[in-house]
Amino acid sequence: MNFTLKIWRQKNRTDEGRFVEYTVKDISPDASLLEMLDVLNNDIVRKGEDPVAFDHDCREGICGSCGLVIDGRSHGPNRGIATCELRMRSFRDGNTIVVEPWRAKAFPIIKDLVVDRSAFERIMQAGGYVSTKTGGVPDANAIPIPKPVAEEAMDAAACIGCGACVAACPNGSAMLFVSAKVSQLALLPQGQVERTERVQRMVARMDAEGFGNCSNNYACEAECPKKISVEHIARLNREFIRAKVAG
Amino acid sequence: MKSLVKFFQSSVGKKIAMSLSGLFLCTFLIVHVSINLLLFVNDGGAMYNEYSAFMSSNVIIRTIEIVLFLGIVIHMISGVWVWLKNRASRPIGYDTYKLSDNAPLSSRTPMLTTSAALVGFFLVSHLITFWIPTRFGAEHKLPYVMVSEAFSDPTLGIFYIIAVAFLGFHLKHGFQASFQTLGLKTKRYLWLIQSLAVIFWLLIPLAFAAMPAYFLWFR
Amino acid sequence: MKLESKIPAGPIEKKWDDHRFNLKLVNPANKRKYTIIVVGTGLAGASAAASFGELGYNVLAFSYHESPRRAHSIAAQGGINAPKNYANDGDSIYRLFYDTVKGGDYRAREANVYRLAQVSNSIIDQCVAQGVPFARDYAGYLDNRSFGGAQVSRTFYARSQTGQQLLLGAYSALSRQIGEGQVKFFSRREMVDLVLVDGMARGIVVRNLVTGELESYAADAVVLATGGYGNVFYLSTNAKACNATAVWRAYKKGALFGNPCFTQIHPTCIPVGGDYQSKLTLMSESLRNDGRIWVPKKQGDTRKATDIPEEERDYYLERLYPSFGNLVPRDVASRRAKEMCDKGHGVGPSKMAVYLDFADAIRRNGKAWIEEKYGNLFDMYHEITAEDPYKTPMRIYPAVHYTMGGLWVDYNLMSNIPGLYVIGEANFSDHGANRLGASALMQGLADGYFIIPYTIGDYLASTKFKPVKTDDPPFRESTKTINDMVNKLMSIQGTRTVDDFHKDLGKIMWEYVGMGRSEKGLKKALKFIPELRKEFWSDVKVTGKENDLNAELEKAGRVADYLELGELMALDALNRSESCGGHFREEHQTEEGEAKRNDKKFSYVAAWEFKGENKKPALQKEALEFEYVKPSQRSYK
Repeated sequence: MNFTLKIWRQKNRTDEGRFVEYTVKDISPDASLLEMLDVLNNDIVRKGEDPVAFDHDCREGICGSCGLVIDGRSHGPNRGIATCELRMRSFRDGNTIVVEPWRAKAFPIIKDLVVDRSAFERIMQAGGYVSTKTGGVPDANAIPIPKPVAEEAMDAAACIGCGACVAACPNGSAMLFVSAKVSQLALLPQGQVERTERVQRMVARMDAEGFGNCSNNYACEAECPKKISVEHIARLNREFIRAKVAG
Repeated sequence: MKSLVKFFQSSVGKKIAMSLSGLFLCTFLIVHVSINLLLFVNDGGAMYNEYSAFMSSNVIIRTIEIVLFLGIVIHMISGVWVWLKNRASRPIGYDTYKLSDNAPLSSRTPMLTTSAALVGFFLVSHLITFWIPTRFGAEHKLPYVMVSEAFSDPTLGIFYIIAVAFLGFHLKHGFQASFQTLGLKTKRYLWLIQSLAVIFWLLIPLAFAAMPAYFLWFR
Repeated sequence: MKLESKIPAGPIEKKWDDHRFNLKLVNPANKRKYTIIVVGTGLAGASAAASFGELGYNVLAFSYHESPRRAHSIAAQGGINAPKNYANDGDSIYRLFYDTVKGGDYRAREANVYRLAQVSNSIIDQCVAQGVPFARDYAGYLDNRSFGGAQVSRTFYARSQTGQQLLLGAYSALSRQIGEGQVKFFSRREMVDLVLVDGMARGIVVRNLVTGELESYAADAVVLATGGYGNVFYLSTNAKACNATAVWRAYKKGALFGNPCFTQIHPTCIPVGGDYQSKLTLMSESLRNDGRIWVPKKQGDTRKATDIPEEERDYYLERLYPSFGNLVPRDVASRRAKEMCDKGHGVGPSKMAVYLDFADAIRRNGKAWIEEKYGNLFDMYHEITAEDPYKTPMRIYPAVHYTMGGLWVDYNLMSNIPGLYVIGEANFSDHGANRLGASALMQGLADGYFIIPYTIGDYLASTKFKPVKTDDPPFRESTKTINDMVNKLMSIQGTRTVDDFHKDLGKIMWEYVGMGRSEKGLKKALKFIPELRKEFWSDVKVTGKENDLNAELEKAGRVADYLELGELMALDALNRSESCGGHFREEHQTEEGEAKRNDKKFSYVAAWEFKGENKKPALQKEALEFEYVKPSQRSYK
């Protein structure tokens, strides 16, 4: 398969950036989009130029490193997968593919397609944990947790922190990411003690980082590679109100 | 008080203010539409005039009126505030941007802002045409006469229908979204919220639109 | 050099308890006076850094990722072992210990393995307390499943994302410490050198991957938790960035490298598709609970899998190993798959694959049941191959997955360099010559949560530290050496890319130091690798700038190290003239084709000492003694 690629190139944080067009030839339909970029980069290196920088690591959809807006969709046209899982057979031969980085005020571009997602780290540091210390905990089976509750917590915990929700949201909102963690810990008995504090601290940090507000259009859910439901956002809102009323 | 201010300063708090005020305004729509439906009583507008007089003289109603204005103001301010922050959250946009089909037309930002602006504009003109004369006008025509005259004017009548359509659009998103923002939208109650939503985004706007339509084309 | 394993005396059940009592303690108020560097923040590193922080030490944690949550521990699918005996099927600490020593083909230290089995129960408790959503039964209690090499159900899991959930648990604990300022986290930093002062590990030099700057950090102890080196093979189930640079540079500073040839080839991976392929994807071992492995009885059979009738299928694992069946250990399953393909029974376009078939399980329990258990794996498979595993069997083939070898450590997890600790996959570890499934997560967290927090205190309390600054000569020298290396890589401007060389190295390694090894092949590898290395240093092309985010330069440094490590692996494999676990020397096999050990000659840990560039490393031996689990020919029949 042959493609024309229109890729965002930006030297560093302050550079203005621009699109550059490339062509790639004889790509296997079974190759992943990132493998196609590998082929492109090797060509670029052979020409003596600086290859396209992009974040990636596990290449099996779990580490959350990769994340590109491909033809206007976070992680590309298919639902429920990360960029690294996207195979070239999903595109039509000869097409032009537009590749852009995540765009949000809270995710400044470091270089080309690599963005700085440390805002997520700071949200996690604000309260995305149970303050247990190593050791001194009860036996794992001391507190039974109903299976449906554990399953729902797991649904939320499946978040890979890639930032596709922010990238897809017209408002650059991080509500799906934050709600996934809040929801997971609000569901589990272990998270109850810090329930009130946690949601307030995480939301405050999220606001301070410059993410937008949720306008309930659910684009995040559609682009989430782990199909995390916006029901968790509803739960976050509920937790927030509860914290303010009861806390 | 301080914590209340903090609450409404937070992103979620602002949204909650917007939802609560929005839902409150929805309840007003029910009252408004029920009274307006009296226009269709075949008594030459007698009952309608009676109720209108009651509405503009009763103390309780006039107190609620103030709350209603407050609701409109809160809804607008929080809306503008949210919108400004959202714009600032993505200073550089995408070259190619496709919202998924998860986001229906009514939920998209341009639609929300357009419908909000139009509904706002309509509200002001609506108040000037009907509300100010009946409340503050020393001498005014009977409400029924005012309404029938206004709605028989094609420009005003059609503007009214368009505005109401946009109100429908606004509520198609807004009503359900309020429940999501208040954390009440869960799988279990989804059917209930969706059914109620139909009343607000479809039936009520239809009832409102029926009035100018009636005076324009069916009388 | 004499290797001291420092295994405490006494009966095996009491060794760790006695040892813990004998360890010196650092008084709580004094802990804040010590600084510990932790390199790598996967399961082992994050759990260690968080635990150090909770104890009150100053911690500097480094990762080449932007976040600890990106570490490759996240990709572990199947589960984590602990002998809780919740399933009431006769499990115990001793049984896990026994299974692990046997599974490792008697090439691990008994005392270490016993301790691992002992503390593993606490790991589950810890993770549950952190909010890890393990799978549960309808009564709300924890559920278990079975893994290879065991006849009990002792594996705890969270769908097929156990590694992710455990890492996120450790990451959350670490995030809390970072938020509280007890741990300072340095993202996008790659360790490029270990700094010794007076023979003690006192700091590191890292490359800031965004600015290209070389930065120095000093501390009282350095903990390496940098994972394994499976990427020497180019194609492996490891993440693209997994690398050996930290351990390799430590090796070149004098740390011994233990059992470098012990590589685990995982039997159930999606087969190689083509030249473009950048990595191999693992299909969890848990699939072997319900999937049946088979090949067509007829050689070169080209029919569709579903067209081959039952009687013309060879369920070879069930045939050869009736009692363990499809759940034999990984080394055995891998080797048999290779054997079947070599004999011409392979399937798929490349003929280098076997079937993993779920038709029976779907018939027995329904599609929904399979979907709940393995849904995301099936989706992943479908996405990659465009084949629906609910309808047609999966095609699988072994792939490099884990390295049991690593830096040599004593019972306290300290290397032969004072103050240099190595934990998780990076050390030569507790798995001997073959790791059992669901044991990597167990070892990483055991090391990080429950072992090193104790043992490092003993070192800090009993050592006198002189103050060290980052502009002291040893730091400056290291910085210069690394700078020279970077400049050299940038200046060659040859004709071939880093990936080209890496792929070539991978082919040599897979061919000669892969699943089947022979004296002849290994000698070839020992000839080809240095040749390739020479070519690399004269013909590699690295573009971009050194003072910038430059992925090519990062890769070049890593491949330069692989080109040396690969040679050491071949050397170790050649030296170990026996078969054991994942190390299969074709000259040494039983009549049935099983690995044949030579306990008289090779019951030792081979620890290699760096003797200088292009010089043959020296072999140090740590004898292994088995008091409790007597070595025998492993049998899974």
